[in-house]
Amino acid sequence: MTIDPVTLAVLKGRLEQIADEMDATLYRSAFNPIIAEARDACHGLYHRDTGDTLVQGTKGLPIFVGAMAFAVKAVIDKVAARGGQESGGLSPGDTFIFNDQYAGGTHLNDFRLVRPVFRNGALFCWLASAGHWLDIGGNVPGGYNPVATESFQEGVLIPVVKLAAGGEIRQDILDILAANSRLPNSNWGDLNGQLNALDLGERRLNALLDEHGEATIDAAFDAFSARAEALMREAVAALPDGTYAFEDWLDNDGIVDERLTVALDLTIAGETMVLDFSRSSPPCAGPINISTPTSIAACYVALKHVFTDVPANAGCLKPITFVIPETTLLGAKAPKPMAGYTETILRLIGVVFGALAKAVPERATAGPFGTINALSMAGHRANGARWVMFNFFGGGLGGNPESDGLNHANNPISTATMPPVEILEAAYPVMFRQWALRPDSGGAGAHRGGLGAIYEIEVLDERGAEVFLLGERGRYAPFGVNGGGEGALNRFSWNDGDTTGTPPMASKVTGVKLRQGGRVRLETPGGGGFGDPVARDQAAKDRDVRLGYVTGASA
Amino acid sequence: MTTLVGVDVGGTFTDLFFMDEATGAFRTAKVPSNRGDEAVGFLEGLKTFGALSALGSIVHGTTVGTNALLERKGAVIGVITTAGFRDVLEMRRRDRRNTWGLWGDFTPIADRDLRVEVAERTLADGTVRQAVDPAEVAAAATALAAGGATALAIIFVNAYANPANERAAAAAARAVWPNEHVSVSSEILPEIREFERASTTGLNAYLQPVVGSYLAKLEAALAGEAFKGAFHIVQSNGGVMSTATARRLPVRTALSGPAAGVIAAAEISKTAGYPDIITGDLGGTSFDVSLISGGEAALAAQTTIDFGLVIRSPMIEITTIGAGGGSIARVDRGGFLEVGPESAGSRPGPVAYGQGNDRPTLTDANLVLGRINADRPIGGKLARLDVDAAREALAKHVGEPLGLSPEAAAEAVVRVADARMAGAIRLVSIERGHDPGRFAFVPFGGGGALHAGALIADIGLKAALVPRFPGVTSAMGCVMADIRHDQVQTLNLMLDGLDAGGLDTRMAAEGAAARAVVESAGLTVGRIDLVYELDMHYLGQTHTVPVPLPVTLDGGRTGINAEIVRKAFETAYSRAFSRLLPGLGIRIVNLRTAAIGRRPAIDLAALAPDVSASMAKARIGARKVWFGGWMEAAVYARLDLPAETIVEGPAVLEQPDATTLVPPGQRARVDRFGNLVLERA
Repeated sequence: MTIDPVTLAVLKGRLEQIADEMDATLYRSAFNPIIAEARDACHGLYHRDTGDTLVQGTKGLPIFVGAMAFAVKAVIDKVAARGGQESGGLSPGDTFIFNDQYAGGTHLNDFRLVRPVFRNGALFCWLASAGHWLDIGGNVPGGYNPVATESFQEGVLIPVVKLAAGGEIRQDILDILAANSRLPNSNWGDLNGQLNALDLGERRLNALLDEHGEATIDAAFDAFSARAEALMREAVAALPDGTYAFEDWLDNDGIVDERLTVALDLTIAGETMVLDFSRSSPPCAGPINISTPTSIAACYVALKHVFTDVPANAGCLKPITFVIPETTLLGAKAPKPMAGYTETILRLIGVVFGALAKAVPERATAGPFGTINALSMAGHRANGARWVMFNFFGGGLGGNPESDGLNHANNPISTATMPPVEILEAAYPVMFRQWALRPDSGGAGAHRGGLGAIYEIEVLDERGAEVFLLGERGRYAPFGVNGGGEGALNRFSWNDGDTTGTPPMASKVTGVKLRQGGRVRLETPGGGGFGDPVARDQAAKDRDVRLGYVTGASA
Repeated sequence: MTTLVGVDVGGTFTDLFFMDEATGAFRTAKVPSNRGDEAVGFLEGLKTFGALSALGSIVHGTTVGTNALLERKGAVIGVITTAGFRDVLEMRRRDRRNTWGLWGDFTPIADRDLRVEVAERTLADGTVRQAVDPAEVAAAATALAAGGATALAIIFVNAYANPANERAAAAAARAVWPNEHVSVSSEILPEIREFERASTTGLNAYLQPVVGSYLAKLEAALAGEAFKGAFHIVQSNGGVMSTATARRLPVRTALSGPAAGVIAAAEISKTAGYPDIITGDLGGTSFDVSLISGGEAALAAQTTIDFGLVIRSPMIEITTIGAGGGSIARVDRGGFLEVGPESAGSRPGPVAYGQGNDRPTLTDANLVLGRINADRPIGGKLARLDVDAAREALAKHVGEPLGLSPEAAAEAVVRVADARMAGAIRLVSIERGHDPGRFAFVPFGGGGALHAGALIADIGLKAALVPRFPGVTSAMGCVMADIRHDQVQTLNLMLDGLDAGGLDTRMAAEGAAARAVVESAGLTVGRIDLVYELDMHYLGQTHTVPVPLPVTLDGGRTGINAEIVRKAFETAYSRAFSRLLPGLGIRIVNLRTAAIGRRPAIDLAALAPDVSASMAKARIGARKVWFGGWMEAAVYARLDLPAETIVEGPAVLEQPDATTLVPPGQRARVDRFGNLVLERA
């Protein structure tokens, strides 16, 4: 069936609206700020047989956009293993839940809910929801155990199971989930939010199918995919053929203090592209391994940032071949720990930018700050209740052909906003002493890198607090392009009155005990610079000094 | 009883609506706007109604604040803030401009060297950890003024919880600041979330000199003409305020113009028997949609003017998409037809304007399909429109790539634009849980009535109602709007163990303060309503649901108690989300108080068609209009149609400021107020 261009344009808007509305429903009803404020969630429609992404919300967390197809595929495989619909492996009203990072990508905090949509007794497509839950057990409140050597130390792993069978939620599953978290109410609230989103998506999709019929919507899915593929082929064909190598490093894995390499050989041949990561380091002991689905999802994020007008569906990956051997930390298997997956994918996204910068220097983007700085501060209140303040922090983006890098931005893998200081101070016994831009942190360049930030936090509770950090870029700075300079390194320190400290592993530390009045100070990296700093406009240089972006020391 | 004039100053024209409250007589006027010196058009328009000394009151919907925000032409402002937090305005909420793509930077409204820190600190529970030193604040203010700042914002962390330090700082700063432009965060928005409060306060300061001097200029001009009546300004919340309040809170004028139009559409439709409507204002570059349920416009708690510029203050909820008459149609590299968001605007405008644009727009498509009269362009600026150039552009940019005839291409463009408009309407209706079958579509401004028929068919709306004078809807709204004042205060109280007496005292104080602002505004009001709402959530959530309270202020008490609050919360929460979460703690975050001075109703029957109107006089002729093929459509002069008559589609109804298209299978009825009601036959 072919479909006329007008209907196609109409359906594209209608379907994207459904996914967007699912996103919005979860953001508004979620409990934990990582979803509600930081939007660490994603929704979409997925192919009934392959799990391929058909339609994706425009506001979802970018890294999930690439990873969700693998999550749905994991459910499809599970259903097949159970003998399919005939044997009761799948029924209308089922909803699957899991957080298996080896099958669905990313890390254990991310819970996926996957629901079939049936039409006239036959599976039409899948709806899925992913969201980051605040605490899933494990050694460190909030996850992100910087010293885990097996996933068992990171938290509970729920394989693909039915949360709801025939429309009935299974209380047994809820009980298992609740028993494995320090913050069961928060998880329960988020789970309900995700169910709200799936309910709504199912209603909206059924209404659209009633209006247009299954065959038309199916044909529209095919057309979207074909269009994305055509646009991606055209974008790749416009790049000069050749092989472009780029590599960058992670400080260490939190266990062994040795650097780890993320290396890419990017080959462009006509309208196809090969991304070969074979030269990367082997799987590591600590929690910065990632699984193949995560690596592919990260490549997808990088390419979408470069080719912004290629639509977000499976078609855009067709012209691309991935080489991600299991012998590297980018294709790791169970039970390798993965809580810190964000750090590795940020490095991976950076090397894609770096390799493409060699292919097309005039459209290059310098390295973004490249670490999420998962900082957890936790303690007990006077009534014995536990509190966990868990946040990701901002930094500078890279200089680019259009502008200086953005100051204090979120990472490329996310569209997360940061909770306001006042919300954090009202919720946790802490006080921010500083929340400021970090001068001299942007890489020099014709277009300077964006500035990182300084956050200094004091413990107010008389019972003190424990501090955990999983960060990166403590030793290897965000790179510049076309002669631009590097951004500043990540710095973390604490002060407990008499004693001061810095992480023994540069950017990762666990269980630092602070008393009341003790402080932590995090100074995040800026972005790399674009182009020769000598070529920077004199007025821009003067402005940098006047506004204190660059101090006398480095100007 | 008095005479009232509503004045809506737009980019091209200033529209005026004159009403004599005693007789119900009305008149309209349209004069060219004079950008930069709006007082000229303003006065010229007013004089068409006679001597200004005889006018009772003037209510003004203004875009001067909106334009200053969009064009970043506000004042140079200085900021005094808590030590450690000078960069809040620049760091935003750590977001970026687009989901995909990492380029582009951000310039805050206050330069970093004009943001100064002072030693002071209040904690989240309101405890003052470090008192502010007034001398330090005075010195900072003096330095900022010397550095070129013409307005000042004072923004302290946690000032919502205890404004003591901010108040002390404000007193010290005001003592040395050279003008009245000092904005203080706890006076403007005593609500938790420092970035939103800082942005709103900063933007208020940014607008104060601009709006202040604009109002001063208008007031001087009015005084020069011996005008002695009241002069009021429409706010973004759809209510009016005194110019004194507008000078203090100019940030509340950000959506003044569009809000007035929504208010008028609501009033006109309610009178016509349609209390549930969706308004649509189709301009040159955008389509603005608002939903009104039961006669009440939905209010949004905040809006984002541009990346990093947030205003948090109740406003008529207006959803905007980039689809307008000037929206450019193109076939992208993947073979998809797109209309907008890129726009030719009103300059150079559509191809048919002959002002240099050669890419086809939505207006060009409407013209090629015969829906617009090429010889009588609306607005009256151009003599005629170039149909051939429009057809050629559609053939080249849309027809050829898609293999369609120029007419089929034009129809495709209109359908895609209709679908985008329908998407915006779905967003505010279906997506918010409203059944579109209950709602009528009310187009105002010039362009919407062409698309009304398609939209009611596409979405399944009940009907469309085209006001008698779509072009002056905003000016009418100025005359109709209630006086309104909104206040917010963060409370952070748990529902369990609620001190109901304490809450009652807070509510009474907030209510009395809001009422006083309305009482002092100096316009006739029937009565003043006090409306209370709480922002609430389950403990652990960060977002809140708005919870309307079924109480008001009576004899200095509200009678609030925990059970009333719990019931109201559970009702609101289950309406917003399908699942309640029994057993979890419930928290009251903010108290919102609105005082609304209800204005006397206007008798809209005055707008009814003249008794001498007749179908014969109204009939102008017929022309070919494309509906999947050429059809002969009757053409009528819309304003000459008598009341209670029906025109069957296909037909085109023309008037100087709008064209209404009645598609085949629909009919248009003229009601007794002169509105056109478009329905499926």
